[in-house]
Amino acid sequence: MIKINNLQARVEDKEILKGINLEVNPGEIHAIMGPNGSGKSTLSSVIAGREDYEVTGGSIDFEGEDLMDLDPEERAHKGIFLSFQYPVEIPGVTVSNFIKTAINESRKGRGEEPMKAREMLAKMREKTALLEMDKSYLSRSLNEGFSGGEKKRNEIFQMAMLEPKLAILDETDSGLDIDALRIVAGGVNKLRTADNAVVVITHYQRLLDYIKPDFVHVLFNGKIVKSGGPELAHELEEKGYDWIKAENA
Amino acid sequence: MSDEILDEITASDYKYGFTTDIESDTVPPGLNEDVIRLISEKKNEPQWMLDWRLDAYKTWLAMVEPEWHNVTYTKPDFQAVSYYSAPKQKKELDSLDEVDPELLRTFERLGISLDEQKRLSGVAMDVVVDSVSVATTFKKTLAEKGIIFCSMSEAIQEHSELVRKHLGTVIPKRDNFYAALNSAVFTDGSFCYIPKGVRCPMELSTYFRINEANTGQFERTLVIADEGSYVSYLEGCTAPSRDENQLHAAVVELVAMDNAEIKYSTVQNWYPGDAEGKGGVFNFVTKRGICERNAKISWTQVETGSAVTWKYPSCILKGDNSIGEFYSVAVTNNYQQADTGTKMIHLGKNTKSTIISKGISAGKSHNSYRGLVRVGARAENARNFSQCDSLLMGDQCGAHTFPYIEAQHPTAQIEHEATTSKIGEDQIFYCNQRGIGTEEAIALIVNGYCKDVLNQLPMEFAVEAQKLLEVSLEGSVG
Repeated sequence: MIKINNLQARVEDKEILKGINLEVNPGEIHAIMGPNGSGKSTLSSVIAGREDYEVTGGSIDFEGEDLMDLDPEERAHKGIFLSFQYPVEIPGVTVSNFIKTAINESRKGRGEEPMKAREMLAKMREKTALLEMDKSYLSRSLNEGFSGGEKKRNEIFQMAMLEPKLAILDETDSGLDIDALRIVAGGVNKLRTADNAVVVITHYQRLLDYIKPDFVHVLFNGKIVKSGGPELAHELEEKGYDWIKAENA
Repeated sequence: MSDEILDEITASDYKYGFTTDIESDTVPPGLNEDVIRLISEKKNEPQWMLDWRLDAYKTWLAMVEPEWHNVTYTKPDFQAVSYYSAPKQKKELDSLDEVDPELLRTFERLGISLDEQKRLSGVAMDVVVDSVSVATTFKKTLAEKGIIFCSMSEAIQEHSELVRKHLGTVIPKRDNFYAALNSAVFTDGSFCYIPKGVRCPMELSTYFRINEANTGQFERTLVIADEGSYVSYLEGCTAPSRDENQLHAAVVELVAMDNAEIKYSTVQNWYPGDAEGKGGVFNFVTKRGICERNAKISWTQVETGSAVTWKYPSCILKGDNSIGEFYSVAVTNNYQQADTGTKMIHLGKNTKSTIISKGISAGKSHNSYRGLVRVGARAENARNFSQCDSLLMGDQCGAHTFPYIEAQHPTAQIEHEATTSKIGEDQIFYCNQRGIGTEEAIALIVNGYCKDVLNQLPMEFAVEAQKLLEVSLEGSVG
């Protein structure tokens, strides 16, 4: 689905990604772990097409197409979704209006008709129920006055509505209490199909108890320095990141 | 996000720039007593009206153009302005079929098909093209309730006593330079009277257009809501492109008697000048309402046009327990300048006022909020809440806030909140990531920012206003 080859990127003069290689296939869940400042969030931003980062080398191929020439919204239309670590507030724009605009703009981008109002409503109802959200969420201003947990849940709600092929969850577990974590992770699991893929970016093993990864990668100093199965996450949890740092010092 | 994107987004051409070829009957440029006599004679006015105009003219001659506002422009040459222009077709029309087809097409291009308006929204419209009304609809329905809704010229003929009693009572002839000028030379406008206890069953709507090159527009509007009545009045404007500046100095007076309520909504989109700041309408308007006991006046405005705007829809809260409201969105782009706000004059006891002002500046424009809250010596328990927000797009525009507060009663409670924000790159990227392009994202964010004001507009008007905001700020796509 996505093939990242020797990806290098910097922000201003600071080199952050120093040659990332990663391949994710449909149906797979990958976890990317690593200490603070290792480049995890940069990687997700670069995949999503954020302009602040300058890609200095390598390539990202998504379903056979080079992503580099595409605007962020075009990448979204192709089915790339990023759950933000810090979702932004947009005062005065309701959750339902925002998601309606997002869905219909994406459909327009793909040359499809807008979704019928009734279908949209039914879908919103279904997905709020899936994430155990009160319907009143829909009429609140996007992320304005939301608690940390509500913001994250709202991200997954949008993911559920947009049905992306590739979802990147950037620190979705931060700010969540244990109940919210269970609900959010449960939502992600229910949205899994053989055709879509998830990349989970996290510091901690805890989220991976709920969203079980097929592969775990350790990102350190701009490079993936270790890859393995789910057991690698446990090992990290037990030993911390110091041994990784020591190995790559 | 780079500045180029913002430049692109904010560099939008005026989409409604076109003129229609309707023959006009225009008086040569210049202003003197003879021109005023001519206007009055052309309109077949009674003697008292002519005397009133001449008195205003004498007052105006002794006044000087104000300079205290935060705008710069070349002062108009009042002798170069033509003070009267009327489409030649002047006979009374009972239906749209009788309206000049060219004119109807103009409205259609603006997306304001009268037919549609009539059919879908039940809006009775008094259409003003240049200075003379050419179509009035729904008159019959209104007449059954005793509501008078007609052009000012007609009102002067048919309801002379009502006009004479109220004209200039809220905004005296000598109120300010432009109000005095308007009083001397106004050619037409709208008149509305709602009888005691009557709730006007539909939104009353007027569309203004400036259509004749070099024609100053001097509209005069008078809305009278008698005791216990209610009316919602809509005013919307678009104008064709012009190279030379056009002067517009309207006067709007509202009278809300005991227990009456007037809701006055404006969408203004006059030609703002081109991207270099050339041309555009000068909009120097005086709007004021007076509230008697338990009365309420709400001004709602969405202002996106004009090169220079100078406008302060105000409320005199004379009666006890009366309420004044002002909801405003003012957008400036390119070289536009706006100095706008309101005055809430609390005179009666337990009077309340609310001010919600949302300014949006883009390009190299300057947007000022200027507001006065005055609590008089007898205004026990007066309350005011003001919120003035500014949104900046790009780094070459300016937002300014000038709040004036004068409290002469110790029980007065006045609150003022102000914020200034920029549309954040984070917000735009977030929208982009969800599949929403940058232009759409800005429209979405701006509409959200203006929601508190747009919510005050009647439904059909709100949709139009929303569209206008998008058009005003979008790039030249399509």
